[in-house]
Order: sequence, then structure tokens, then C-alpha cells
Amino acid sequence: MIQVTGLSKRYARHVAVNNISFSVEKGDIVGFLGPNGAGKTTTMRILTCFMPPTEGQATVAGFDVFEQAFEVKKHIGYLPETPPLYPEMSVRDYLHFVARLKNIPNSEIKSRAEQVMERCSVADVSSKLISKLSKGYRQRVGLAQAIIHNPDVLILDEPTSGLDPKQINETRELIKSLAGEHTIILSTHILPEVEAVCKNVIIINKGRVVVTDSVDNLKNRAGIGGAIQVQVDTAGNADALAVHQRLEQVSGVSKVLDRDSTGSRFVFEVESLQGQNARADVARAIVHAGWNLLELKSSSLTLEEVFLELTGSTHAAALPPATEPSVIGGVQ
Amino acid sequence: MRNIWTICRRELYSYFVSPIAWVLLTIFACLSGVFTYIISASFVRISLESQMSGQTQPMNLNEQVIAPLLSNIAVIGLFLIPLISMRLFAEEKRQGTIELLITSPIHDIEVVIGKWLSAVLMYSSLLGVLLLDFSFLFFYGHPDWKPVVTGFVGILLQGACLLAFGTFVSTLTKNQIVAGALGFAFSLLLWILNWTTSFGNSATVQVLNYLSIVSHMDSFSRGVIDSKDLIYYFSMIFFGLFLTSRSLESLRWRA
Repeated sequence: MIQVTGLSKRYARHVAVNNISFSVEKGDIVGFLGPNGAGKTTTMRILTCFMPPTEGQATVAGFDVFEQAFEVKKHIGYLPETPPLYPEMSVRDYLHFVARLKNIPNSEIKSRAEQVMERCSVADVSSKLISKLSKGYRQRVGLAQAIIHNPDVLILDEPTSGLDPKQINETRELIKSLAGEHTIILSTHILPEVEAVCKNVIIINKGRVVVTDSVDNLKNRAGIGGAIQVQVDTAGNADALAVHQRLEQVSGVSKVLDRDSTGSRFVFEVESLQGQNARADVARAIVHAGWNLLELKSSSLTLEEVFLELTGSTHAAALPPATEPSVIGGVQ
Repeated sequence: MRNIWTICRRELYSYFVSPIAWVLLTIFACLSGVFTYIISASFVRISLESQMSGQTQPMNLNEQVIAPLLSNIAVIGLFLIPLISMRLFAEEKRQGTIELLITSPIHDIEVVIGKWLSAVLMYSSLLGVLLLDFSFLFFYGHPDWKPVVTGFVGILLQGACLLAFGTFVSTLTKNQIVAGALGFAFSLLLWILNWTTSFGNSATVQVLNYLSIVSHMDSFSRGVIDSKDLIYYFSMIFFGLFLTSRSLESLRWRA
């Protein structure tokens, strides 16, 4: 549905997007993930024909964004970062206007507008002025605007920014419900969002694509090669050092760190070698030595850490301890 | 055509839902009322004086009231036109709604014409207020109606012309004040170009005089529609709208 090859966008002083390529299949929801300033908005603006690329090619629904911009525009629904709303209009009038802009036949304008208002749950404010609406409602009116002509491709630039948790959930549900009939690209810098909504993810940083993968693969990747937290009770049979040494001998273990100890209970953090998961071996080794294995959990890299590692923006250690239950949820 | 009307309708909606239209209508109604009163009062005084002194020279309502009134109205227009056109694109750029227009299946030129047309309609609604003023002249006197009609056409064309350039400067900035100031400066410049006639009659002066927007109004208010003037107004409108659409297109490359 969307095919991007070697796309670049250069400004006088900096490169916003540098030679990126990716493709999106029909009916997919793809998360476009990256820190602020990574080039997400620029890429989306190129795809929606708002601006032309400096180099490279992009096709949407089989049409080139530069050569056949008019055709592309017919197939795209776009929600920019700030929803393009006219504050002095009422929600209904605004949607009627957009419907006319998108070439919906006069006879269908009313029914289409009512449908999308229902779908985006803004029907209760339909005759209110947009300037009087809360941020959550505005965002949803923006979304209604993007889907009113039933486009094949939906491009959503940070659709949940500035919403409260309840609204975020509602918006995500709405976006999920749109998948299938529409191909959706949504940009975000919030990881749980990608996990909650998207099937595939494109991570972009400093104008380059870092990873293109499915969310599941990426999560697995997070589980493998991460750290394990082990709690052992030796019942006085051995001291911390002995356990430490035993753990270090387990194959696939790269590093063992002492975390905590109370009496005969010791907590270690065990890091596996890249691409391996030593959990099973660690468990076996402890049991074999006759100690009690109290807890074994993957305090591994969360998706967040993977992201930070890939984008290299912060050292993973700067994050709060990943053992705490978190929405990001590594493999437990 | 449908797209032009879509854009135009929305712009009119904005004018009349916001205070802009009502403020402009009020200002225009007050000022044109004052002008009409002063000019017709002095006409009445002069005609009384000439009657008392026994002169039977006929007084002409068209030449002594309507023509000067129309040229004064044109001056009010000079001040109000930048206020009408300044928001057209500047506001869209500030609000981010320009992204909606540019990413919709609609041609730039349709956006440009739609917006300009709404400004012209807004300006004509101001001129509509004048009908009230003129109805008094027709009620108490018997002016020739033809120069009044051509005068209206002239003022409207002149306004349409300045609005086209106002629309253009509005694409250059996000800031309405800047757009308004530039629009006003530009209108004023076009206005005073014919002052150069005092420098003699060289070719440059003739060209400048032709370019001046005022020199084309005179024949209209005398009841004459000269093709020279029509060509001037239409080519200026075309040029203004052409610049606007080019500027809108370049916005993509600059954005």
C-alpha cells in the first residue's frame, strides 16, 4: 500500500530524513516510532503530499506522491500533529466542510458526517463550537476529519498526544477498530502505544530507519539477551560468593552482579550473552547445588530499553529498575 | 467550481461568525454615512446660496455629490481592504489548517480563487450598505442612475484588485498584522503612483500613471466603462491571484 524507497528531505542546514526505505502492507497498522525530531512528521508530510521529498520515491496506493499527488490525496486521510480545526466553526459544520473538500457527493455529506461523529464519539458535541471543545474532543474531531471520506490510507501524527489516560485508551481502541479497512501509519514517541495498537513498527532516529520489524519480534528480542533476576536461599549452606561463582560458571552467562542479601537469601542479577537466554540453565544449576530457588524473573531489557539502545539517546541504566511491574512489560 | 464554492463559503462563514464582518460593516456604515451627509449637506447649502443670488445654473447631483462620494468611499476601501484580506492565508498558516487544504484533493488555484472570491463578496457586502445612503439621494433628487451603477462597478473592481494583492501578501506570513501592514503599504503605493504626473510626461511617468489604481476609477464614476480600465483591473486581478498561487505552491518547498 505504501512503498518508500531512498527517501530524503534536506533543508538548508540540516537533513530531516536521510535515505529511508520501508513498505507497509494493506490493512496493517504500523507504528512510526522515534524520539522528537527524528523525522517522523517530515516523512508523514511527504507521504501526504504536503511537501515534496528532496530525493527518493514514495508511492501511496500505487500513486507517486510527487508525480500523482492529486490521486494520492484522494486516498489519504491525514491527522497532523495539531488537528487542523477552525475554532469558529461548529463540529458538524466543520465536518460538512471537510466532506465537501474531500469530494464526497452532496447527497452523502450529512450521513457521512453523522457516521464519523458517532464513530469518533463526538456526536454529543456536534453543534458546539470547536473553540469550546476540550483537547480530547478536538483530537477526536481531527480523527473524524481524517476518516470522513473512508480513505485507504490513514496517516496519524501523534494521535494521542496531550490526552488523558482514559482518552488515550479510547483513541487507541478507535484506531484499532479502524484497522483492516484502512492501512494506518501512526507516529508516536510512546512505546506502550505501539505495543497496544500496532502490528509492525518502524523505529526511526536522526532521519534514519533503525529497525523495521513486527512488534512481537521486537519484544522477543527484548527478552533474549537481557538480564535475569535470581533470588536464592542457600539455607546457610553457602555464602554469597559461592553462589556468585556457581552462577558465573553457567553456560551462556556473561556477568553476575550482587544485588541484595538478607541472611541466607541472596539476590543476583545475571546477564546473558547476546542472543541467549540462560534462565533454564541458571535454574538447573541452583537446584542442582541444593539451594532453594525463590524467584527467577527476567528483569530483561524492556521494549523501552531496546528502543533507547537502538536510538542511542540515553544509556539504559538511566531507566528505573525494570523489575518493577510496568506497562512496558518485558517477558516475565 | 464546486471546490471554489466550498472554500468561499467557509471563508464567508468565518467572516460573519467572527466579529470581523460586523466590525467592518459598522465602521463602513458610519464613515460612509458621515461622508454622504457632509457632501450632500454642502451641496444643499451651495444650491440654496446660488438660488438666493439668483443664479439659475443647473446643479448636478451626479457630478457634485455622487462622483466625489464614490471617490471618498474608495478611500475608505483603501483602509478596510487590508483588514479583509490579511487573515485569508495567514490565519490558516498559524492554525495549521493549511495542512488540511494542501493535503485535500483540491487544486491550489481553487483555494486561491475561493478565498479571494469570499473577500470580494465580503467587500461587496460593505458596498451594499451604500445603497441605503444612495436611496436618500434618489428619494430627494433625480440623479442619473447609470453613472451610479458604473461607479459601483468601478469601486468593486478596484477593491477586487487590491484584494488579490492582499491575498498574495497574506500567503507570505503567519502573522495577520504583518499581512495587513504589507497589504496596506502595497495598496497605498498603487494609489499614489499617479502623483508622479507632476514630474512631466515622460514614458516612465505614463507607465506609472497607468499602473496607478486611482486613475482608472475616474471614468467609471463619470459613467464611462473604458476597455482600457477593464483590461487594467482584470490583468491586475489575474496577476495578484497568479502570485498567490505561486506563493502557495512555493510554501511546500519552503515548509
